[in-house]
Amino acid sequence: MRRKPALGVSAVTVALAMGLAACGGTSTTPQSSGEPGQPAAADKADAALTGVFNPSTKKGGTIKMANSGDWDSLDPADTYYGYSWNFIRLYGRALTMFPGKPGAEGAKPVPDLAKELGKPSADFKTWTYTLRDGLKYEDGTPITSKDVAYGVARSFDRETFPNGPTYLNDLLDWPKDYKGPYKSKGADFSSAVETPDDKTVVFHLKQPFSGFDYLTQMSVTMPVPQAKDTGTKYQEHVISSGPYKFEKNEIGKGFTLVRNNQWDPATDPNRPALPERYEVSTNVNADDIDNRVISGDLHVAIEGTGVQPAALSKILPDPALKARTDNPTIQRLWYTSINPTVKPFDNKDCRIAIQYAADKTGYVAAYGGTTGGEIATHLLPPGIPGSQKIDLYPSPEGKGDLAKAKEHLAKCGHPNGFETNISYRAERDKEKKTAEGLKESLARVGINVTLKPYPLKDYFSLYAGKPSFVVKENLGLAINGWGSDWPDGYGFLQQMTDSRVIREGGGSSNLSVRIPEVDKMFDQVLQEADTAKREAIYAAIDKRVMEESVILPGIVAKSLLVRGKGLTNVLINDGQQMYDYVAMGIQ
Amino acid sequence: MSPQSFLDVKDLKIHFPTDDGLVKSVDGLTFRLERGKTLGIVGESGSGKSVTSLGILGLHKGGSARISGEIWLDGEELVSASQEHVRGLRGKKMAMIFQDPLSAMHPYYTVGDQIIEAYRIHHDVSKAVARKHAVDMLGRVGIPEPSRRVDSYPHEFSGGMRQRAMIAMALSCDPELLIADEPTTALDVTVQAQILDLMRDLQREFDSALIIITHDLGVVAELSDDILVMYGGKCIEYGSADDIFYRPEHPYTWGLLGSMPRLDREPTERLLPIKGSPPSLINVPPGCAFHPRCPYAERTGGKADTEVPALTETEGGHLVRCHMSPAERRALWENEIKPVLETQ
Amino acid sequence: MFTYIIRRLIGAVLMLAIVSMATFAIFFLVPRLAGATPESMASRYVGRTATEETAKLAAERLGFNDPLIVQYGRYVKGIVAGADYDYGAGVEQCPAPCLGYSFITRQPVFPDLMDRLPITLSLAIGAAVIWVLLGVGIGVLSALRRGTLFDRAAMVIALAGVSLPIFFTALLSLQFFSYGNPFAWAAQGGYYVTFNDSPVLWAYGLLLPWITLAFLFAAGYARLTRAGMLETMNEDYIRTARAKGLVERKVITKHGLRAALTPIITIFGLDFGLLIGGAVLTESAYSLNGLGKYAIDAITNQDLPKVMGVTLLAALFVILANLIVDLLYAVVDPRVRLS
Repeated sequence: MRRKPALGVSAVTVALAMGLAACGGTSTTPQSSGEPGQPAAADKADAALTGVFNPSTKKGGTIKMANSGDWDSLDPADTYYGYSWNFIRLYGRALTMFPGKPGAEGAKPVPDLAKELGKPSADFKTWTYTLRDGLKYEDGTPITSKDVAYGVARSFDRETFPNGPTYLNDLLDWPKDYKGPYKSKGADFSSAVETPDDKTVVFHLKQPFSGFDYLTQMSVTMPVPQAKDTGTKYQEHVISSGPYKFEKNEIGKGFTLVRNNQWDPATDPNRPALPERYEVSTNVNADDIDNRVISGDLHVAIEGTGVQPAALSKILPDPALKARTDNPTIQRLWYTSINPTVKPFDNKDCRIAIQYAADKTGYVAAYGGTTGGEIATHLLPPGIPGSQKIDLYPSPEGKGDLAKAKEHLAKCGHPNGFETNISYRAERDKEKKTAEGLKESLARVGINVTLKPYPLKDYFSLYAGKPSFVVKENLGLAINGWGSDWPDGYGFLQQMTDSRVIREGGGSSNLSVRIPEVDKMFDQVLQEADTAKREAIYAAIDKRVMEESVILPGIVAKSLLVRGKGLTNVLINDGQQMYDYVAMGIQ
Repeated sequence: MSPQSFLDVKDLKIHFPTDDGLVKSVDGLTFRLERGKTLGIVGESGSGKSVTSLGILGLHKGGSARISGEIWLDGEELVSASQEHVRGLRGKKMAMIFQDPLSAMHPYYTVGDQIIEAYRIHHDVSKAVARKHAVDMLGRVGIPEPSRRVDSYPHEFSGGMRQRAMIAMALSCDPELLIADEPTTALDVTVQAQILDLMRDLQREFDSALIIITHDLGVVAELSDDILVMYGGKCIEYGSADDIFYRPEHPYTWGLLGSMPRLDREPTERLLPIKGSPPSLINVPPGCAFHPRCPYAERTGGKADTEVPALTETEGGHLVRCHMSPAERRALWENEIKPVLETQ
Repeated sequence: MFTYIIRRLIGAVLMLAIVSMATFAIFFLVPRLAGATPESMASRYVGRTATEETAKLAAERLGFNDPLIVQYGRYVKGIVAGADYDYGAGVEQCPAPCLGYSFITRQPVFPDLMDRLPITLSLAIGAAVIWVLLGVGIGVLSALRRGTLFDRAAMVIALAGVSLPIFFTALLSLQFFSYGNPFAWAAQGGYYVTFNDSPVLWAYGLLLPWITLAFLFAAGYARLTRAGMLETMNEDYIRTARAKGLVERKVITKHGLRAALTPIITIFGLDFGLLIGGAVLTESAYSLNGLGKYAIDAITNQDLPKVMGVTLLAALFVILANLIVDLLYAVVDPRVRLS
């Protein structure tokens, strides 16, 4: 994708923007697995990952979904879950959207309420969107640009809507002391969002921002009619601008969506709107959800994070069940920090000895086998643009190379090994198993590890994330994990490898990486306009960190999703990393 | 065969198998009783007297007890009769007054309810009719304000009142045989006398046969026509009240007479204490069951612990189960026992 | 009697006050003592990318900056007199008893509780009927057939029932009787139709949870009833009843069971009171959105107003159950006098 320079923008916003913008290097290869209108396709594992499973244009039917927890909010201004952003497109239309298309296409913004993508000014500080004709709310009243502006303005009020993303708060040129439309009643906010007429929305940015279309696809630009706005209670009945509207909504229990007959398909090329109804239950027992999806009573486990261990043990030995699953890679790395501040890890060879001595099959086993993750030899997960295969410390099947390990131990002056500690989050059984596996495999070369569990809640703030504590308690190794919400190199790497995010007072996400060159590369990437070049820098950072051996990559996480019985048009794309709910239909 | 009595018990045996062995609670008991007459069955606890009474009522049926012998009640044999048939007789033809009316009456139901229930088991009448009957009965047993007290709970009654209520309940169906098991034991002495008087009056009024079971000869002294002394599940002496009180022949009976409480004597003071304790019913002493406690055991010529003495008639229906000869027994009574008992 | 009830009710209010203070202290005072700041406490209730500024706003909105006593006072005032709630676009009156608003869903807690109560009540009542009938029935039969094969088998099953955890029996029964198995006859998890909509479907959906829950309790009640019956059937008044010529069936039910049931009434009252406070495990396992599931979800999310609300309601039920048990006791056993 062609990119414009985005110089001078604050690091955080750039990171976010690029995260949103990243759409190259797809992890999925779309291919059609059947013709539309054909009877149900045969079950095949990963069918929705590699293409569209059971394609169909047939309308009607009810899709039943369940959530083991609950939405942070159904309000477009107040939600920040991936599945929520996936789902909200059914009852709300933003200026732009990620379409329900397979592969990388599903992560490229296309115009939604807007006729076309945003028109930037030359300096990328002013973005103008023009609405389509014939847009209506569920009550038949027309949707105007004022409603979009109002929606953005109310999302500014973080006291009322604490959950939603804050990009537009940071990026737009809000009036001084503006507090949102409730507290600053009637205040003019046209310095941030302007509506010269009923069809036009103009955003004024404080800084240039080339990927603004990625921000407008977020639900904060969904229109909200001011007359119907009830603040925190709006989530009880969001006024629909999309193909479905709320029929009944009982917060904490569930809701149903039915067709919004005011929605005109002629104004919306991106939503097939196949089902007649959606029935969604919340706060349902997670194991119960899995079992019901398998039995056919439910169609979708809406969180899209994969089945519970109980269901896993039922699915894996059963080929017929296995054929109904998809196993996408998630942009999340489970790894172990090797702290150079703790002796003897101040010596690089001692750190490298860990890379060779560790048996990563233990890591895989701890996360439930190959469906839970695949062995990682470097930081960037394969779905993220710029990810290149880096394997500096090769070993057969990831089981370790003991000869090499001993060689490096000898070099660092500990030929017979040494003693160290490993920390993990006590509540997490998988991390406990990981630590036990590492202890066992490192013992093969005489590195004796003592397990140090700490409470999950304060793991970063008081224990493993607090540099002084790490030194004091000799936490040579610390189990850790990192995931990004977006397929983006900067967003993924910066928080775990930029030494400037290390907080002496505790709360660091980066525990062990203090490499000046890496910090410099991050500064460099912020000013790099060219996508390919930026991606090359990500790979370089990845490699550099591996060379220093301050991180032992464990596995890249995968989730195991089960396709509900009778679903059509099932696909997983880069935009959602789970089933795309806009595309999905039911027989 | 002589014409049958109203109640005719022949060779009644009631044995209970337990893990420790066979308990021979009643072991070959024979006696008879006519309408309007009173029989006192006397013995220490564990002598089998209560088991006998429950046996007559058929309350051991269906349990683990082994029952043999015959119980003829008004020409009907009860041991071989069906459980259901005997149940139909219980409460109506034969009724029982229990020892401790506080525990023998249900604490959750009013006295009236319990009498009404007893009446309606055997009479198909309305509750109101039965209630009227209950009030009548309470009045007849001497409970003041019966129409009010009918709604009282057992715990709201005094001991004596409770026993009167118990009697009212037992008599509610006009039974022909009334068995009173230690009817006055739980009561103090003055109330005891009142209750005994009441029972005597009622017996006359109803013309029923009455069995009084007690460990206390004093209780049966005034009421009984005949007295049966039980020991170790067997009858050891049987005779008219006069026989037992004025011509007792068994050493055990002497002992009982000697331990009768009297108003003029300290209750703890016993003239003729019976040493030792009642026999185990599982390992009944060989020979005469009483011999380990009998002060005259050596006079039997070694038969005491080898041979079970037979129940033999001395004169006029007076039966005694003892190895000593009648002459020897009488001599002992006249010369040694009677003088002691008469010292006061 | 009347004064007795009044006195007990006053005691109940005091008890609730203590429970509320204790709950409040656990969730608000203890974290403070452990070093939490208003902002760090508020940070749980804001989004993942929230800045410190957002956390500060949230702390202010949730009132965490006020002294604890003021926060508690505000809570109590809400219960007694109601409160006003600012929902952004306006102010809403939260009528008494206002148990506050969820920190997370921003819904008032009290209507939520009232909404969940019928489910828990349905679950508790249905299960109670089954477990009392089953438990007492089996207990009586066991006692009357003491030592027989039936007795032994029943007591072994009862031991299993008491020992097996709900989530195990629930999952097992769902696995066997639901989820589209060949002999599936029961509804799947999360199936709930209100009694008013359809009594048949209501019972259909709740049958498996009822049985699961009842199994646990029935087992205990069977053991209890058996022991009670063995004791009462040896009482003198049972012999009296038989001596009256009463048929055995009536001896058992009217005289034996009546007395044996008294301790069971006590236990039942307490069990039932606790259960209406939320059958946590059963509701979770079957995804029934009753008070128990509500409590669990509230605790998981650290949604304190919900936790407080559900705790108070549960405490109220236990206290009421206690009171009713005591009153019932006087009705059942005339020897008991209330004073």
